[in-house]
Amino acid sequence: MMEAIWTKIGYALASLFLIFNYGLLLIGVTMKIIARVHGRIGPPIWQPYVDILKSFSMRTAVSHGIMFYLGPVFRLAGGIGLYLLIPAVYGSTWLQNFSFSGDLLLVMYFIFFGMLGMALGAGEGGHPFSAMGIMRGLSQVTASEVPFALAVIALAAQHQTLSITEIVAAQQGGIAHWNMVTNPIATAAGMLAYLGMMMHAPFNVHMAPQEIPVGPPTEYNSSFLVLLQSNRSVFAAAKLILFMNLFFGGATSIVEMVIKTFLIFQFCVVVGVVFPRFKVEQSVRWLLKAPTLIGVLAVLIYSF
Amino acid sequence: MDDKELKQIMEEGFNAQDYFCDARPRVVTPVANKIVRKFYNWAQANSLWILAFGTGCGSIELPPLYTARYDVSRYGIFPRPTPRQAGVFIISGYLSVKTLKRVIRSYEQMQNPKFVLGLGSCTVNGGMYFDSYNTINRLDYYLPVDVYIAGCMPRPEALIAGFNELKKMIKQGKAEGANQYAENFDWYKANQKKIIKDWDLPEYNW
Repeated sequence: MMEAIWTKIGYALASLFLIFNYGLLLIGVTMKIIARVHGRIGPPIWQPYVDILKSFSMRTAVSHGIMFYLGPVFRLAGGIGLYLLIPAVYGSTWLQNFSFSGDLLLVMYFIFFGMLGMALGAGEGGHPFSAMGIMRGLSQVTASEVPFALAVIALAAQHQTLSITEIVAAQQGGIAHWNMVTNPIATAAGMLAYLGMMMHAPFNVHMAPQEIPVGPPTEYNSSFLVLLQSNRSVFAAAKLILFMNLFFGGATSIVEMVIKTFLIFQFCVVVGVVFPRFKVEQSVRWLLKAPTLIGVLAVLIYSF
Repeated sequence: MDDKELKQIMEEGFNAQDYFCDARPRVVTPVANKIVRKFYNWAQANSLWILAFGTGCGSIELPPLYTARYDVSRYGIFPRPTPRQAGVFIISGYLSVKTLKRVIRSYEQMQNPKFVLGLGSCTVNGGMYFDSYNTINRLDYYLPVDVYIAGCMPRPEALIAGFNELKKMIKQGKAEGANQYAENFDWYKANQKKIIKDWDLPEYNW
């Protein structure tokens, strides 16, 4: 029994290590791609590692109290928790993580968890821009959860399950079995909601440097920032894996996982490069119109 | 609201622990281990975050620096909008007394290690504003400067050369401006107060 637990912990740590590095490289490659679109050369792809190391090597740090400490911890716990509940590679022993029946509901909660923790932490920072950033971020994430929840309900009704592993299992056996093909309406709603969740343009006004200085993390510095930077890679990769599992047939090997999540990520990157930022009220209105209606349609199809 | 009430509110605000620190900046020595110190210095040199605060006409050189023509991001240099996260302060051109106050405040909010680049002749000796009634002439009376980039105006290439010089200094462990400021804190404060007549900042405000 004890041995089984230690093995599980070992697998979880290895799995986290993989996803942390994958997420950082993903961010690095994306910075390069965006730079090329702008006609620039762009930073080297290992730049996120150097940035984390540099923040870690800062000699002083300013704190504003206990919640200020806990905010980034909650944020990172949200990212790690989200990742550890999703099977990264279907059928793998160590990348299966802690997926269980009914995890889909918990995962939807965990997407929100980090943001709420951050709201408490950034609130104690006392900077008005932090509070504004949190308010904008929360309203936008809430709006994008509506079409996402509808898409998830449609999938749950289609497969008669709330387990991500079972949804992935039902999509095995070729591209014709993927939910993208068998349930295109839910996929459309889910992928539009995904744009709102990934914090890229046009839905990144709450993090925009030119709008209000970087939003929620305004007051965070040095080691606090390291936690937020680490979370950025884990959280982004976890969300990509979630969408891969829900709509694009999951993955049966690490290579397949990397290719699929990379392509899914490029969807929001390309949209972000092409379109300018929405204001918050615009993005909320946009998310509650077409994506939500598509989501309602997806649910209606399975309720009759 | 009369003056007394206003004064009380100002004092209460400035003493609030949540927003201001009442401790003097202190000297923080780098890591003792030589290998770790070199590694950290390398990371500091290759990830420089500039505080997005343009003080004078020199800030017009910054947009071309970030965008397609000169693109400093390839050297690991990025603009950062908040002093808490930024590590490099470019004093871009002349510095009026009014701006100096904000510059000091922003500088003190930055974390150790921090670096200052003086851009243009105005930061060296006042440049064409040498006899102006409301600009300062020598920047290093008020803040410790690591690298000066002379010229009026220096081109973005000159700025990149300045950054390379700064990187060299950081890698050699010579860019210790933050500690220098902490060591000579009284001297810097006296100089700052001499030039800023309406000193209504809290005594320690980082």
